[in-house]
Amino acid sequence: MDKEALRLIAVGIAIGLGALGPGIGIGIIGGKAAEAMSRNPEASGKIQTITILAIAFAEAVAIYALVISLILKFL
Amino acid sequence: MGIMKPMHVSIAAEKLFNIGPLPVTNSLLVTWIAILLFVILIISIRIKRNIIPVGIQNVVEYVLEFFYRMVCEVFESEEKSRRFFPLVMTIFLFVLLVNWLGLLPGVGSIGFYRGEGEHLEFIPLFRGASADLNTTIALALISVFLTQIFSIQHLGFKGFIGRFIKLKSPLLFFVGILELISEVAKIISFSFRLFGNIFAGEVLLLVIIFLIPFVVPIPFIALEIFVGLIQALIFSLLTLFFIKIATTEEEH
Repeated sequence: MDKEALRLIAVGIAIGLGALGPGIGIGIIGGKAAEAMSRNPEASGKIQTITILAIAFAEAVAIYALVISLILKFL
Repeated sequence: MGIMKPMHVSIAAEKLFNIGPLPVTNSLLVTWIAILLFVILIISIRIKRNIIPVGIQNVVEYVLEFFYRMVCEVFESEEKSRRFFPLVMTIFLFVLLVNWLGLLPGVGSIGFYRGEGEHLEFIPLFRGASADLNTTIALALISVFLTQIFSIQHLGFKGFIGRFIKLKSPLLFFVGILELISEVAKIISFSFRLFGNIFAGEVLLLVIIFLIPFVVPIPFIALEIFVGLIQALIFSLLTLFFIKIATTEEEH
């Protein structure tokens, strides 16, 4: 297989597999957050802050994969 | 005119000109414009200052107070909040403005051609500063180094070393080493999170507008506005939390 074809495949696999984990992770975080808020509506503010923070951390991992695939495609 | 490529995507910011030995890139230009905008905003508020704020002064005061209240909640002490608030607020405002400036029409599309024939390339005049890895690495370095300096100021030099080298038990020693590695990882994580989000957003907008230029890009631009706000918030909030962790004394 020639180099360009392999490169395109690598780009697809990098972001495809890389988005798998964070996607599941963010879903779990959101679900737990909703559950926690329903149990204790008064703590909503604190739960919200932690949720946004945790989602940003999880998304950052997906962004690392995206950066790798962008570098592969454009450099 | 030479061969015009349909989409211009470049991970590195393009150099516009040199000042002496230093290159000036299009993202640096946008950084300067952002600084200029802030200076103009603050000067215009300070000139006609009202005790009861109206208009722009009201908006600025609201934003600052909102953040200040949040910082006060995180640190219980007033003195610490006053100390760390400027860094957190500046990071938030700068990253927010620079993210949103990258969405304006003309940024990334207005430019000139350089080179001849085969090497003809398009150089945009403006580029969102946070889509340049240099800017985000600089911000991450500032944030992490200032966190260490604040930690030294509040815990003393021995306390600061004690965060990383714990000699009480082998397990704690390992935890200390992990802390050290995690500080370096924070620099990488901060810079790549912001860069990846904003640059990927730019590429996404470019591709969508290239495919269907009418009506369809609207929700994507709305998404990018939202992402710009969230990333600015995340950068400053994480800086805040890391400062809080770095300046709390160890409980025994």
